[in-house]
Amino acid sequence: METTQTEKVLTRNIGPDLLPTDMVAYEANGGYRALHKAMSGMSPNDCLEEIKASNLRGRGGAGFPTGMKWSFVPMGEKCSPGHKYLVCNADEMEPGTFKDRLLMECDPHQLIEGMILAAYTIQADRSYIFIRGEYLVAIERLEQALTDCYQKGYLGENILGSGYNLEMHVHTSAGRYICGEETALINALEGKRANPRAKPPFPQVSGLWGRPTIVNNVETLCNISHIIDKGPEWFQSLGIGEDSGTKMYGASGYVKNPGCWELPIGTPVREILEKHAGGMAEGRKFKGFLPGGGSTDFLVEEHLELPMDYGSIGAAGSRMGTGTMIVLDDKTCPVGMVLNLLRFFAHESCGFCTPCREGLPWTRQVLEDIEAGRGRKEDLETLAHQVKFIGAIGNTHCALAPGAMEPLQSAMKYFGDDFERHIEQGCCPYTVDMKAQDISAEGERD
Amino acid sequence: MPTIYIDGQAYEVEEGKNLLEACLNLELDLPYFCWHPSMGSIGSCRQCAMVQYQNEEDTQGRIVMGCMTPVTDGARLSLNGERASEFRESIIESLMLNHPHDCPVCAEGGECHLQDMTVMVGHRDRNYRGNKNTHRNQYLGPLINHEMNRCISCYRCVRFYRDYAGGTDLEALASHDHVYFGRHQDGVLQSEFAGNLAEVCPTGVFTDKPLLNDYSRKWDLQSAPSVCVGCAVGCNTSPGERYGRLKRIQNRYNQQVNGYFLCDRGRFGSDFVNSESRINFAGIKQTDGSYQAVKADDALSQVASFCQQGTVAAIGSPRASVEANYLLRRLVGNQLFSTGMSDLDQTLVQQVFDTLSTTRAISPSLHQIESADAVLILGEDVSNTAPRLALALRQAARNKALALAADMRLEPWMDAAIRNLAQDQYSPVFIVGVHDSRLTDISETSISLAPDDIARLGFAVAGEITGASIGGLSDELAALAGTIASALKTAKNPLIVSGTSLMNSAIIHASAAVAEALSADKSTMLSLSVPECNSLGVAMLDGGEGMGFDALTASAEQGEIDTLIVMENDLYRRAPVEVIDQLLGNIKHLVVLDVLDNATLSASQIALPVATFAESEGTLVNSEGRAQRYYPVFVAEDDRLPSWQWLSELGQVLGLSGFDQLQHFDQVVQACAQDTPALSDITAAAPDHQFRNRGLKIPRQPVRYSGRTAMLANVSVHEPKQPVDEETPLSFSMEGLNVGQPSSLMSSSWSPGWNSNQSIQKFQDEAGGVIKGGSAGVRLITPGQGVGLGVGGTSIPEAFTSSDIELLLVPVYRVFGSDELSHEAPAINELSGDAQLILHPNDANSLLVADGDGVTAIVGDAEVSLEVLIATSIASGCVGITVGMPGTQSLIIGSAVSLQKASDWQRLKPQLIATDNPNAPNCGVQSGVSCV
Repeated sequence: METTQTEKVLTRNIGPDLLPTDMVAYEANGGYRALHKAMSGMSPNDCLEEIKASNLRGRGGAGFPTGMKWSFVPMGEKCSPGHKYLVCNADEMEPGTFKDRLLMECDPHQLIEGMILAAYTIQADRSYIFIRGEYLVAIERLEQALTDCYQKGYLGENILGSGYNLEMHVHTSAGRYICGEETALINALEGKRANPRAKPPFPQVSGLWGRPTIVNNVETLCNISHIIDKGPEWFQSLGIGEDSGTKMYGASGYVKNPGCWELPIGTPVREILEKHAGGMAEGRKFKGFLPGGGSTDFLVEEHLELPMDYGSIGAAGSRMGTGTMIVLDDKTCPVGMVLNLLRFFAHESCGFCTPCREGLPWTRQVLEDIEAGRGRKEDLETLAHQVKFIGAIGNTHCALAPGAMEPLQSAMKYFGDDFERHIEQGCCPYTVDMKAQDISAEGERD
Repeated sequence: MPTIYIDGQAYEVEEGKNLLEACLNLELDLPYFCWHPSMGSIGSCRQCAMVQYQNEEDTQGRIVMGCMTPVTDGARLSLNGERASEFRESIIESLMLNHPHDCPVCAEGGECHLQDMTVMVGHRDRNYRGNKNTHRNQYLGPLINHEMNRCISCYRCVRFYRDYAGGTDLEALASHDHVYFGRHQDGVLQSEFAGNLAEVCPTGVFTDKPLLNDYSRKWDLQSAPSVCVGCAVGCNTSPGERYGRLKRIQNRYNQQVNGYFLCDRGRFGSDFVNSESRINFAGIKQTDGSYQAVKADDALSQVASFCQQGTVAAIGSPRASVEANYLLRRLVGNQLFSTGMSDLDQTLVQQVFDTLSTTRAISPSLHQIESADAVLILGEDVSNTAPRLALALRQAARNKALALAADMRLEPWMDAAIRNLAQDQYSPVFIVGVHDSRLTDISETSISLAPDDIARLGFAVAGEITGASIGGLSDELAALAGTIASALKTAKNPLIVSGTSLMNSAIIHASAAVAEALSADKSTMLSLSVPECNSLGVAMLDGGEGMGFDALTASAEQGEIDTLIVMENDLYRRAPVEVIDQLLGNIKHLVVLDVLDNATLSASQIALPVATFAESEGTLVNSEGRAQRYYPVFVAEDDRLPSWQWLSELGQVLGLSGFDQLQHFDQVVQACAQDTPALSDITAAAPDHQFRNRGLKIPRQPVRYSGRTAMLANVSVHEPKQPVDEETPLSFSMEGLNVGQPSSLMSSSWSPGWNSNQSIQKFQDEAGGVIKGGSAGVRLITPGQGVGLGVGGTSIPEAFTSSDIELLLVPVYRVFGSDELSHEAPAINELSGDAQLILHPNDANSLLVADGDGVTAIVGDAEVSLEVLIATSIASGCVGITVGMPGTQSLIIGSAVSLQKASDWQRLKPQLIATDNPNAPNCGVQSGVSCV
């Protein structure tokens, strides 16, 4: 198999043998060059045009074009007087995803430089890194990096003599999956319940404290300094296919070499799985995979040749999501895997809207019954009904419940016979000797 | 007007509405939970789903929430199509996963919006096999019961309690399907609007606790249109009765007055109707001081004989109806009639009436108050004296948010989006009082000043507006006056709120001066609060012709009064004990008509039992100047009669001229209107007794009323004849129509399929709008020409100078406790607490007292020892006293008092230090029992 040559961009300072960078190491490798460039002569609009031209798309999962998102922020006189905010979504909680952690722990300045540039572009004067509370190492390193930046004059008043002011703070999340949803994140940042907000109005016009706000994922923001430094054409040339730049890909599950790699966006699935993840573990056969975290649809053998980009994975009926795949093997029960995910999602529902709050626990209960051998034929109808009922954005208040339905609906599509065998045999065929009761006990709610 | 297509049918709908409102306005049934006409949309329950199609070709469509989707011209929708219906049924099915099957024993049953919606969507069979979630319930105080298992997480409770009413101690806690609506720990709900939770909650989580403790099925309650007697706001209520007991008060929608909400004093304070202290029979005092019950006729002839033995004077009451006061006045003649208010109260209420009749500013309804975009509150602690007004002011403060929203093209019903956008930005509200208020959180500036300084600041504001400086203010206050003036001048709908509660005429004058100054340029509102439910009515009746209270006592002292008739008035609440003792000692005969036993009644030779508001008809004039009629909910037991009826009969026994034409209520209303120009329109407050709806009287009992033939079977197997009501257009029956009558005759609302209070939308011209046929009541006051209400020279008081020796006694009001009758309701009484003196920490320090200690206040010869409450916000040089509470009458407001620590003070209540009773309110410690 032909392998793709990679120019390391986001991970140029990151590797198994490299120490995490501090200010000196980061600057020694070209760090803050983009900031100096922007502050000495680039207008916010120049920066925006560069990002727009780069075709950078949001790396948090939805793949929304970053430049377009920023362009909705009211600028100059169109903006009523007051603060504007840039928020980094570092609340990485998507099951199977650990790419942002790597970026923040090993090269914190890369994120901060990207954030300063992003904030400058939208003329925000306050910025927050909303970070998952468990990421203790990342929190410590980011806080150190912020201190260094204030000392260097990269943050604070009159940054590099440009007249531009920016405050930046690390805010540790109290820990809910839903905080990854940008409006729930904003509510949490305001000290409110982490319930998503109805849109419109979008955060770009009415976000944090009712002011214009941009929320971007860590990986998205890490790209910014490189685009400003080297230009959009260079960035576009990094990708294979339609999308631009590189992407942090990952693999978990029974693969030989689970991990996280920076590869050109559009690298084929098979290459990630076989070359980088080293193929399936000993004695395990490939059965399927969730391409981009727990809230994406299963894909199977026939999809292995697809390039990992937004369009191709989307066309196959799934989503690239975070780009970090969870691989299902032939010895792992797909029903059990989906149940595990549903337990997570039912627990992480914010409890705001009815279909999600009530529908996910019901779905979990049905899956528990099936997995424990108590399933009935009509349960499959119930599951199909739930998928239809809560599986569409619009039926629910936000995308959490529809996301939770993605692995279920695709598992029923590709592994339907597994569900039926559970019901016919009255037990999980993958764990015949495991007592059904044990599994049901596991399903106790917290 | 946009045209929308619902299930293929074209409808014209109003622009700016959402689809749910549009459907309800079209009288289409679309189920909903979280949306509320006063609270807007958040889209949490997902119940009001419809399918919206892109265009005519689109056959797929997508599910949209009616409450979150604006109407757009040409929109194509499916309401009753299979997909929309199935989705809505699935929502109910989801809500029912954890909802207990306890409808038969649930207090909400039969009046439950969740029941109605469940039936409406047709959900029946349960497919879920899991267990139901259960929660631990909390003790929330004596007013509200908590049963969390029934919760469907619609978020209405917290949205009302926190967002709408400004409460802070009710929260949405936990997440996913464990969301819990309650307090951080058990304890009394702190908001005086907590009772509305019982109506806001679409099911039985929050229910009316006093009702629960004396329960009747809600469809078995007999009710009539009524008006709250708790304060002068005049909220419309719907009291419910069964077995001769007043079971509960529910809100009666009047868009102009109370809208959907009541305060807890109004909702729970009417329990005095069931009090053990009610008088049931006429009594004649024996030599041993006890009363012998006598027949009504005998009592009347005895009263008549008193009346024939010399001069008769009478004291009316601002808590009795216009009609009763009118008859009393007519009985003794204008010159011998006192309204029953103290001279100061009378002067102030008269001043309010004169001001409202003279000023160009309008006396606004609460609905109009909600449109204010800048508010100056001058001296009135409305949260305690007129709570529902405070709730309206809270909505007025949101007009800033609505203006910001309009700039962003957000519709006013997009509640969550608007709150997120505006955060804590409010329209300017300035509060000037003698201490801080519960509206401080929405105010731009709250400041405590002595009453005269409040007036001075008011005049300074008026001066800033007209350009005439009054001078003599501190720099800080002068700057504040400038800020207030400029905020009021820039506003579109400025509002000045003031009233009589500080018993300071200059404050009312100052508020009128501000309103008048603003009126030169724009429409301005001036809302003046008065003390009691009919204060304004009796002042309008009296017109300054009657005998003042002091004149009456003086006349009695001269021996000019032989018999005194006191109606519905405990004089000992109006003046120091010695004054009243002396007055009563100077007359030969005292006749008292009242509902409850009290000190005045106990001094009478003859006591006549009076029907309460719930057992009689009458007209009250609220502080807006709106005359509103209330009707008997049930027939008064035993020999109780409405005051007007006692007086009418007395007049007939005495053979007084014209009383033969005053035998019926409508005749009294007519006569009162004819004789009193200010009250000439009270006949229009409601239709007369001849009104018929399609040939029938209006039934007091709902169509679902049950047990009429059986409810008294344990007494007699013969079904009693239903009482006949000759005085009103209402009948004690379920026969007749409760549709299409004027709203003043709507006792409750019910519509097929809509058994809960949500059915009111079937009677409104639009969701949250006016009841078809107009809002109840008639406004008696029209704005005048504004003569002589400018920045008055002589009426500006001198600046207050505090003294080291003496403090100025200022009144402090309590929503629970300051009001006479609601204090007799057990649940309210439990919350009332004791009378207190409110001291500034500096004064407390110099007296070496702490909270709960006793302080003796000395004015001349009068000495009163009361509990101390320390408050940093009390105006410097002032000491507050909780007025209206037992033990406070001897101290005259406005006098200078000296204080000393009460030497032998015993704490009134044991101080709870710890308990093992989890239901004990306000106890943080959970182990060990020890009471000091």
